[in-house]
Amino acid sequence: MSEPQQESLTQRVVPIEAGTHVIRAQFLGEDPTLALADGRILTGAAGAFVSPHGDAAILVAACNGIILLTGGDDGKVIATSPGGASETLGDEKGRWIDALAIGPSGDIAWSTGKKVVARDGKGERKEWTAPSTAQGLIFAPKGYRLAISHYNGVSLWFPNTEGVPEVREWKGSHLDVTLSPDGRFLVTSMQENMLHGWRLADGKDMRMSGYPSKTRSFSWSHDGHWLATSGADAAIIWPFKDKEGPMGKAPRECGVRHSKVSSVAFHPRALVVAIGYEDSCILLCRLTDGAELLVRPTTKEGGKVTSMGWNRTGNRMIFGTEEGAAGVLTLP
Amino acid sequence: MSDKIPVTVLTGYLGAGKTTLLNRILTEPHGKKFAVIVNEFGEIGIDNDLVVGADEEVFEMNNGCICCTVRGDLIRIIEGLMKRKGKFDAIIVETTGLADPAPVAQTFFVDEDVSARARLDAVVTVVDARWLKDQLKDAPEVKNQIAFADVIILNKIDLVSADELANAEKSIRAINAYATIHKTTRSSVPLDAVLGKNAFDLDRILDIAPEFLEDVHVHHDEAIQSVALTVPGDIDPEKFMPWINEFTQKEGPNILRCKGILSFKDENKRFVFQGVHMILDGDLQRDWKPEETRQSKMVFIGHQLNRAAIEKAVEACRA
Repeated sequence: MSEPQQESLTQRVVPIEAGTHVIRAQFLGEDPTLALADGRILTGAAGAFVSPHGDAAILVAACNGIILLTGGDDGKVIATSPGGASETLGDEKGRWIDALAIGPSGDIAWSTGKKVVARDGKGERKEWTAPSTAQGLIFAPKGYRLAISHYNGVSLWFPNTEGVPEVREWKGSHLDVTLSPDGRFLVTSMQENMLHGWRLADGKDMRMSGYPSKTRSFSWSHDGHWLATSGADAAIIWPFKDKEGPMGKAPRECGVRHSKVSSVAFHPRALVVAIGYEDSCILLCRLTDGAELLVRPTTKEGGKVTSMGWNRTGNRMIFGTEEGAAGVLTLP
Repeated sequence: MSDKIPVTVLTGYLGAGKTTLLNRILTEPHGKKFAVIVNEFGEIGIDNDLVVGADEEVFEMNNGCICCTVRGDLIRIIEGLMKRKGKFDAIIVETTGLADPAPVAQTFFVDEDVSARARLDAVVTVVDARWLKDQLKDAPEVKNQIAFADVIILNKIDLVSADELANAEKSIRAINAYATIHKTTRSSVPLDAVLGKNAFDLDRILDIAPEFLEDVHVHHDEAIQSVALTVPGDIDPEKFMPWINEFTQKEGPNILRCKGILSFKDENKRFVFQGVHMILDGDLQRDWKPEETRQSKMVFIGHQLNRAAIEKAVEACRA
């Protein structure tokens, strides 16, 4: 089956030779920045890089545009600023960093095994031991509160209070976790190829199933009304505008192709989602009418798209793949 | 398929000689680089290889299969290792002495991300010749570890008499009729005895089985036993597939492992399957060679397996 003719933006992509697995592709300030599995961080001028983890590998990374936070198999948590200056904020002595998060006011958190560490903007550290390995971390949009996904549920931890974290229970292994920008909904991806959600106000459960594989990429639309997810042959986009969230509603499917979606990234100002696939293809899809634009065609050696990120204004987008292909799209 | 990273799982009861074997594997000159997943840091010292600590977190899968458990930590670690592709040639997973090998083995069948990148090469179990008799009475883990093994290192043979050794071997055979047994002192085996076994290539393994079948009947007291079958001629997949699926669904909790090479009617390729509890994985592999006898062989290892019923059911699947 041939795919429908799409308008193409491929001429507007400037490739970057990353050469190895791209863990994270984001804009640090206005600099296109790639955190790579071999420990390098490409940022600034073409070809420039820093290696704050030395020879160690970068396993996870998070970026808020102001800092790029990387966690390595050296156990270090390092913040890199625009220009490439770096600061080590945590050191777990060689234990792998499993998850990272950056909060709204510059607080950060990381986890290794069951150990979760939160570090506020002043550098004060708090620790908590999760009931099982902390798989995913996300800060609440307001306040100093962290959601931690683990086996059989999610814990909501206020690092500055002594109390026991609240737990939202649901049987099974929860992988990544996300919170809606208004803080009303908590969503996890699960080992069993489904999402689980909770309405935080009353703890009501939501199951979002039907995925052929695990969801490992989430992205909220700028207005917080939609959650785009990977794991199917299209970006599955759940409606979260109403009080009930997506319950009883069908999700939108954008960019249906014969390849699984591996990465999603909503535009920061418009209802347009960038969709990256396992076959290295990338499309932009407009939610309102389903119109598609080709950003990157499939190439044999391209590899699965692992990360995509927009700059603040949304006129540029950076992407990277498992096989080290990467590039920056500049919109007309 | 062939570019999947081979994974060797190392099991064995406390004190059997697992760490000695691991150190031997890692220090022998072989030019290979390993990623080693261990539970206790510090006992192994290697510069060249990647050592990762694990937590042995066993998770149940919500897929309606009560015995379907996986190692959550292993899924995460392998995901992390795959980001360093090219840095190592093989993965070795060392389990603790008390570990049940099932969740480790099932991880390689159940998790699609893991099974897309890594394949279970072999389960290697180190057994202490001196204490085996006692452990079989007192430690259920030991039976499980033997039942799961593709390769058994019967270790510390210098500490037992010839009779005791023969009895130890007999006890192992009663539980697992098909594993290759290497008798050693200080876990001293050639590297190729434990690595690169390709457990999916069952030819050699299944060829060993028949000669032990008579022996097996003697050990009715063993809670775990093997049932091995050889069926001449072809099997009808239309009959066999529904049966094996139903059988493993129903008897899954009792079946620790099963394996087989089948000759399907009108099929030039050999169908190879293996399973852990309810989880089955099968594939058409290489062509039957002209000089090979077309026949089907399979082994089931588990608790309370009804040999007569299995034989009858398989017989009914003949083309």
